[in-house]
Amino acid sequence: MIRLEKRPQPSQAWSLATPLVAVLATMIAGGLLFAALGKDPVEAIRPIFWEPLFGEFAFYYRPQLLVKGAPLVLIAIGLSLGFKAGIWNIGAEGQYIMGALFGAGVGLAFYPLEAWYIFPLMVIAGGFGGWLWASIPAYLKTRFGTNEILVSLMLVYVAEQFLASMSLGLMKNPEGFGFPGSRNLQQYDSAHNAELIAGSGMHWGVVAALIAVIFAYVLLNRHMVGYHIRLTGEAPRAARFAGFNPTRLILFCLGTSGMLAGLAGMFEVSGPSGQVSIDFNVGYGFTAIIVAFLGRLHPVGILLAGGLMALTYIGGDIAQSNLHLPSSAIQVFQGMLLFFLLAFDLLTNFRISLGKPEVA
Amino acid sequence: MKLTNLMTSAAVALGLATAALAEDPTKVGFVYVGPVGDGGWTYEHDQGRKAVVAEFGDKVETVYVENVAEGPDAERVITQMALQGADLIFTTSFGYMDPTNNVAAKFPKVKFEHATGYKRNTDNVSTYSARFYEGRAVQGTIAGHMTESNIIGYIGSYPIPEVVRGINSAYIHAKKVNPDVEFKIVWAFTWFDPAKEADAAKVLIEQGADVILQHTDSTAPQAAAQAAGNVITFGQASDMAEYGPKPRVSSIIDDWAPYYIARTKAVMDGTWTSTDTWDGIGAGMVGIGEISDAVPAEVKAEALAIKASLADGSYHAFTGPINKQDGSAWLAAGETADDGTLAGMNFYVEGIDGDIPQ
Amino acid sequence: MDLSAINPALLIASLMVAATPLLFAAIGELVVEKSGVLNLGVEGMMIVGAVAGFATAVETGSPLLGFVAAAGAGATLSVLFAILTQYAQANQVASGLSLTLFGLGMSALLGQSYVGVKPPQMQKIDLPVLSDLPVVGPILFGHDPMLYLAIALIAAVWAVIKFSRIGLVLRAVGENHDAAHALGYKVVRIRILAILFGGACAGLGGAYISLIRVPQWTEGMTAGIRWIALALVVFASWKPWRVLLGAYLFGGVTVVQLNLQAAGVAIPVEYLAMSPYLITILVLVILSADKSSAPAALGRNFHAAR
Repeated sequence: MIRLEKRPQPSQAWSLATPLVAVLATMIAGGLLFAALGKDPVEAIRPIFWEPLFGEFAFYYRPQLLVKGAPLVLIAIGLSLGFKAGIWNIGAEGQYIMGALFGAGVGLAFYPLEAWYIFPLMVIAGGFGGWLWASIPAYLKTRFGTNEILVSLMLVYVAEQFLASMSLGLMKNPEGFGFPGSRNLQQYDSAHNAELIAGSGMHWGVVAALIAVIFAYVLLNRHMVGYHIRLTGEAPRAARFAGFNPTRLILFCLGTSGMLAGLAGMFEVSGPSGQVSIDFNVGYGFTAIIVAFLGRLHPVGILLAGGLMALTYIGGDIAQSNLHLPSSAIQVFQGMLLFFLLAFDLLTNFRISLGKPEVA
Repeated sequence: MKLTNLMTSAAVALGLATAALAEDPTKVGFVYVGPVGDGGWTYEHDQGRKAVVAEFGDKVETVYVENVAEGPDAERVITQMALQGADLIFTTSFGYMDPTNNVAAKFPKVKFEHATGYKRNTDNVSTYSARFYEGRAVQGTIAGHMTESNIIGYIGSYPIPEVVRGINSAYIHAKKVNPDVEFKIVWAFTWFDPAKEADAAKVLIEQGADVILQHTDSTAPQAAAQAAGNVITFGQASDMAEYGPKPRVSSIIDDWAPYYIARTKAVMDGTWTSTDTWDGIGAGMVGIGEISDAVPAEVKAEALAIKASLADGSYHAFTGPINKQDGSAWLAAGETADDGTLAGMNFYVEGIDGDIPQ
Repeated sequence: MDLSAINPALLIASLMVAATPLLFAAIGELVVEKSGVLNLGVEGMMIVGAVAGFATAVETGSPLLGFVAAAGAGATLSVLFAILTQYAQANQVASGLSLTLFGLGMSALLGQSYVGVKPPQMQKIDLPVLSDLPVVGPILFGHDPMLYLAIALIAAVWAVIKFSRIGLVLRAVGENHDAAHALGYKVVRIRILAILFGGACAGLGGAYISLIRVPQWTEGMTAGIRWIALALVVFASWKPWRVLLGAYLFGGVTVVQLNLQAAGVAIPVEYLAMSPYLITILVLVILSADKSSAPAALGRNFHAAR
């Protein structure tokens, strides 16, 4: 009989090995899927994991990993703080949009003035926009006890309508012949979140994501607030007896995650994306929830998980065009990868043993 | 600009390789915004791709990536295709405009074709679009004759010039044959949400509309009309013939095949140049689906006559006298609209109620 | 502006149709959450149900068989989630979201050959006299059988949770799995059954969209539902009848805003389009006085040996 025994301590060795085991398992299962679709499994899987990192055009794809991964990591770091404390911000997508709108709004308001202070102001506005949007569920929760899951989620849809309305109205490019979408901030130097080193993929959003990882690590491990967060998540009653103020924690966690999501949106709209448009948001706010949990809510884990997600997106697109695979096959493949990563995590916390249960 | 150099050299190297192996097939890339199974916009572009394959066989190799989000993802996918040696790349969504031009600047040897945009920053970029409003003129004519309640429902996606142009064209021609006609317009504020489109169609029918025009791609409004009974519809993007002969009495079909074949041929022959194409019924880019028997013969004949006059250029769908909604004059008698105004159309013509959401 | 064009009876009838997919998905998720499990994979199960139901209905010509297949497909997909969370002890939030990704991809692969196909129609229940009654007729008697099934399901879930022993056990497991285990209940087995039920319901909801509400098959056609079903369970404070209230409220505001647009009301369209979400928030704030909260063990994994 197969049994699970909880390990007294999570296994260090397995916590490093499980991602590799999971990737291998995905390659096997995914290979079967691709074979079933009539493709050579090896040829199908190589572009996903190998091409972007070591292939012929890796010089282009490697920087793209940073571009794709940075917003995911930045948002996931913020979400993880709340998730650890049992505060559920599901609406990062909306905060991401509002951050972009506030940031771009400030930039566009200054157009065509060129000045050094425009970009910093946009950063502040972006963070503020996300913070503001996340403060609505925070306020309603602390004031009325309204569930933050529902409010933050509904506000995503509201933000999407704002985005559409801005792209069609107030922020529409006056030189765009009536087409929707704002001016392209890539062509406005003072507002452009350009690559810090050309061709490296490093823009301020990547820097911000790395800073956020360090910040979250220090906060969680070395700071009273981090202790407070962890205690609230693991033993809410104990946290209250210890005299922690739950209202302030809610405001802090939701506010911080909103701010980081807003910053991610702002760096995206002023850099890689360049403009406010109806379809500006592409689901980073939701994918970041997966990234946060995949990284076990640990800052370094999130960094790695964000990188892995970015890899499968970029590699998936390569596989699509190289092998005429439908994007749905790539989605299934990604789903499998996530399943295996989650399932094999078991080995970190549990030991599988054969035989009869010992009598306790 | 290290990267640009690297890419240019990579492109040059590939270009040389292509030149050396003259037998190599021409590689054509397609970037799609939706899934090829959307039954509408992307589906029709993919039909165009298949037509290219059918036309040239072994002499072409086509690749496509579907579900590519606008913005940085699009730029990456377009770059990827260029790096992997595509000779010609079609980018099939308005939001790909800036990414397409960005990539084109880095790959001067590769030809780029952007659908529905207006930016051609370098001479290896072309733009193309279809005059769907010509099809709307035919629709409007049939709709004006067929409506008994004199209420025509119109489901719009977002209030962009493309959609506004279609509304105006349909309205002008419906009004021409039926002065009592009234348009009820509902904006779904989404590109794709079949359930919402179904609701919108039902609402319009409940409010008395007996003709539904749609500028969204799902068949949801067709089914709603069929359930309601005495309501007619028109297929959008694809023929939707499965809903004929009624409610679907005709359709506007996006037919990209002739253009895609011609442009691929031009690349093969080395005659490709940067152009701005805006083709309609005449060039075959806008197809009018079979007008079903639910339409009386004389109406059908009138609709076909308009179609023919649009096709040979003897008639323009926006021919004056036409006033703007506020009553100010737009086109004098006999004057036709210029393409610039049409491309950026952001006003209703006189007679349409309501405001365009801005 | 012409508000007289809006027919309230037809409006209510169509909001009932609009709300039905939500009802199915939300009542299933409610049972899952009552057992202490949070399955965020609702959309994945819905869309797989949508394609399975559609394909079966087209192949067999029977919409009814389609719904059966949809329930089966939704439940089958939920088995993956059950294995992950109940046996492999995986995080529920991440597992659920992955399930959605997987389901979206899988449904698109399976549905490739069904794009542009017209499904067989489900007959409406036609009661000769009753359906023709003014006002009451279209609201109460003019619908397809699945719509009534959804309402019956709400009533059944309510009755089972409130009055039966099964309901008691379900709640015990959801509130405190350790205590339930100590009392001798099979926590894992009960949760798996709840997950399967949730999967089947989500599948039905999906098929309702692809077979009745729209009806067609397109990739990603559940786009508009996405998170709403999940939000409804929260909105309802885990009470079955409030799911009905929430779904009708949300569906109602959606239909009303389209009606107001068509009637030419001078409210900017973008604000009308936002209204379903804003009104849901507003109502929730008003309802916040009700302090009944989530099942205490929601989202926590159970391992017997700890």
